[in-house]
Amino acid sequence: MKTIDDSQQHAHLTTPTRLTGAEILWATLVGEGVTDVFGYPGGAILPVYDALRKFPIHHVLVRHEQGAAHMADGYARASGKVGVAIATSGPGATNLVTGIATAMLDSIPIVCITGQVSSKVLGTDAFQEVDITGVTLPVTKHNFLVTRAEDIAPAVRKAFQIAASGRPGPVLVDITKDAQQATALFDFEAAKPAAYKPHPMLHVADKALDEAAALILNAKRPVILAGHGVMQSGAMEQLRTLAERTETPVAVTLLGIGGFPASHPLNVGMMGMHGEAWVNHAIQEADLLIACGMRFDDRVIGTPSTYAVNAKKIHIEVDPSEINKNIKADVALIGDLKEVLDQLLPRIPKRDGAAWLKTVEASKGAIAVRDIKNLPDSGHLYAAHVMHDLWRITGGNAIVATDVGQHQMWEAQYFHHEHPCTLITSGGLGTMGFALPAAIGAKVACPDKEVWVVAGDGGFQMTAAELATIVQEKLKINIAIINNGYLGMVRQWQEFFYEKNYEATPLVSPDFVKLADAHGIRGLAVHTRADLATAVDEARNHKGAFLLNFMVEQEDSVYPMIPAGSALHEMIRRPGQNPLIESAED
Amino acid sequence: MLHTFVIYVEDRPGVLTRVASLFRRLNINIESVTVGHSERKDLSRITVVCESTSEAGNRIRASLYKLENVVEVDDIAKAPAVTRELALIKVRVTPESRSRVFELAEVFRARIVDLAPESLMIEITGVESKIEGLIEVLNEVENCVLEICRSGKMTMRRGQHTSSVEHAMNVGLANQPHAN
Ligand SMILES: Cc1ncc(C[n+]2csc(CCOP(=O)(O)OP(=O)(O)O)c2C)c(N)n1
Ligand SMILES: [Mg+2]
Repeated sequence: MKTIDDSQQHAHLTTPTRLTGAEILWATLVGEGVTDVFGYPGGAILPVYDALRKFPIHHVLVRHEQGAAHMADGYARASGKVGVAIATSGPGATNLVTGIATAMLDSIPIVCITGQVSSKVLGTDAFQEVDITGVTLPVTKHNFLVTRAEDIAPAVRKAFQIAASGRPGPVLVDITKDAQQATALFDFEAAKPAAYKPHPMLHVADKALDEAAALILNAKRPVILAGHGVMQSGAMEQLRTLAERTETPVAVTLLGIGGFPASHPLNVGMMGMHGEAWVNHAIQEADLLIACGMRFDDRVIGTPSTYAVNAKKIHIEVDPSEINKNIKADVALIGDLKEVLDQLLPRIPKRDGAAWLKTVEASKGAIAVRDIKNLPDSGHLYAAHVMHDLWRITGGNAIVATDVGQHQMWEAQYFHHEHPCTLITSGGLGTMGFALPAAIGAKVACPDKEVWVVAGDGGFQMTAAELATIVQEKLKINIAIINNGYLGMVRQWQEFFYEKNYEATPLVSPDFVKLADAHGIRGLAVHTRADLATAVDEARNHKGAFLLNFMVEQEDSVYPMIPAGSALHEMIRRPGQNPLIESAED
Repeated sequence: MLHTFVIYVEDRPGVLTRVASLFRRLNINIESVTVGHSERKDLSRITVVCESTSEAGNRIRASLYKLENVVEVDDIAKAPAVTRELALIKVRVTPESRSRVFELAEVFRARIVDLAPESLMIEITGVESKIEGLIEVLNEVENCVLEICRSGKMTMRRGQHTSSVEHAMNVGLANQPHAN
C-alpha cells in the first residue's frame, strides 16, 4: 500500500528535499516517468526495496534476474520507453548479464540498477561482491559505480539519457549500500544531465544526399533494406513514402519486421539466412541497395565478398562505427534515419519501378502463393501451420515474443506483422529463454494488447520459472510451445552439416500442460491441424494466461537456408516433397 | 598500417580501462600507450599506437567516440606529426667503463640524471630508433644495462591545428568529411 499521496510524491520533483539514497533512486525513476520495474531483492539492495512503498512504482518480482533484464527489454521493445531492471549485488547482478548482452546486441534501451557492497569494503571480496561494472563493461553502452547518495540522481538521469539516445542500449548503475542509506539533498532539476551530444562523426552532407538521390533515380534494380532502425527512429512513414514514390521493393531484416506492413505490396519479406529465395535473389541481382537502419549483420549478408556485388550501396545509419564494417558503402548518410529521410525525400521525384517489380514478382513463382490455410490436412501438425493460423486468428495484431530457434524463423516467415513493435525477438545475441520474460515485459507495458509467447520446447525450459511471475502478476499471456522434441535448430544444422549426428539435441521435456497446471495456468496439448483453431480460440477467450503445447512434426527444417559463410544465392531450397509446400519449384 | 590515436578523455576512474577494453574487444594489440594530463582542465590525453588495417581507422575512431567518457579522438595516421619517447636507462658501471658510458650518452644527447658508485641513470628523449640505438650500444659495453623504463610514444600533429585551436575557432568536428 502506498503511504503518501500524489502531491507529496511529486513535491520531491519540484522542491529540493533531503532524502536517503534509496529514496533518491525511486524519486529519480518517478521523475524519469518510470511506472514499472522488474527486479529481485537481496542484501545489498534492501534499502532500495525498503523505500519502494513510498513511491508510485509497480515492482514485478521475477524468478531469476535474467528474467528481469529480459522483461525490461520486452517492456522497452513493446513501448519504446526505457525498461528498468533491479538486482542485488554479486549473483543477482551476474544473473542480469545475459539479459544485458541481449539488449546490447539489439540496441534496446534498458537501465539496470544493482546493489553493491558498501564503499568501505569495495575491492575486498566482501560477501556477494562482484565487480559488476567491470563484468558488464563490454556489454553495456555505459555503466556507473555510485558510492555517494548525492551522485545517485545525476547518474540515474544520465543513464536514462544514454540508454535512449543515439543508438540505444543498456546502461547499468551500481549503487553501494552505504550510498543507498546515506542522505543527500535531492534536486531533480539540478541532476539533469548536460544536453545530449550526438556522435561527432554523424555526417549527412548535401553532396551525399544529392549522390544518394541520383543513385536512386538512376537505379534499374533497387532494393530497400529496412532494419530495426526504422522503428527505433520512428521512420515508418518516411520509409513508406520512399518505397512508394520510387516503387522500390522493401526487404526487411528479422528485427525490421513490423517497420513496414507485411501486407504492403512492396514488402517482399525477410532477407538473410532464412529469407525467402526471391528476397535474397532480388538483393543479389540489385544494382542499388538502400540500407535503412540496418547493419549488414553476417546472418543477413552471408559472405561479404559475394554480397550484392553489382549493387551500389547507400547506407543510412545512426552509428558511425557500422559504416564500412561489413559492407562498403558508396554513399554513407550517417544520422538518425527519420531525419536523413526527411532530408532525402524532397530530392526524390516519382520514379517508375514497374519493370523491376515485375521481375521480382515473377521470381516468386508459385511459391509465393503459399496458401497454408487451404493445404490438405495430412494429419501432421507443422510449426508453419501453427504460425500461419495464429497469425490468421489474431489478425496479425498481437504482440508476439519469440524465443530462439526454428520456431523463431517460422514465426518470422509465416506470422505477418502489420504493425511496428509487434515482433519481439532476440536477433543479435539469439538468446534462448528470452520469449517468456520478454512477453511479460511487453504485457506490463501494453496491458491492453494481446500478447503471445512463441517458444521452443528447449528455450522455454530456460526461463520457465517465470510462469509463476505471470500468475503473481495476474497477466493474460498466451503461450505457444512449439514442441518438436529437439533443440530443433541445432538438430537442423546436424542434419545438414554433421551427417545427422544428433548429439545432445533430442530433448526430454516435462508435460508442459501439467507444468502450467502446477502454476494454476490452464493448458492444452494440440496434436493435429484439425484441433488448432479451436485450441487457439479457447486460449484467447480464457480470462487468464493459457498455455498451448503444440506437438509438431519432429524433424522438420526451416527453408530456405543459406549455410553460414555462403553467398546469398547459394541457398538450400525447400524440398519439393515438403508436404507444407506447393510442389512448384521456384 | 600503424595508427596513432590521440584521445581526450574525462579524467576519472576506469576510463583507461574502457579505452583499453575497446582495443581488446577488437582484438587489436596496443603497441604503446601514454596517458597524462592535457591542456584542458579535467581531461587526460591518451596516445595509443596500434597496428591495424587502414580501413579500420575510421571504425576504431567511431567506436572510441561511442565511449561515454571520450571527448575527442584524432587518428593521426600519416599526417605530419612529431613523435617522441622518453626513456630512463640504468646501467652498471665500473671505474673503467664509466667514461665510455658518459661518451655514449653524450653522442646520443642523453643526460646522466643519477650517479651512484656502481651505476648511473641516463635520460633520453627522441624517436624510437634513437632510443633503441642507445640501448644497443650500451649493451655492447659489457652488457651493462640493468633497467629500462620507456614512456611509450607521445604524438602531436605539426602545425597550428591542435584540437584546442580547432575548438577555439569553433570548427565543429561534425563538419569534417570523415564518412568515407
Ligand atoms: C542460451 C542459448 N544457448 C544455446 C543456444 C544455441 N541454440 C540456438 S537454437 C537452439 C535450439 C533451440 O531449441 P528449441 O528451443 O526447442 O527451439 P526449436 O529450434 O526446436 O524451435 C540452440 C540450442 C542459444 N541460441 N542460446
Ligand atoms: Mg524444439
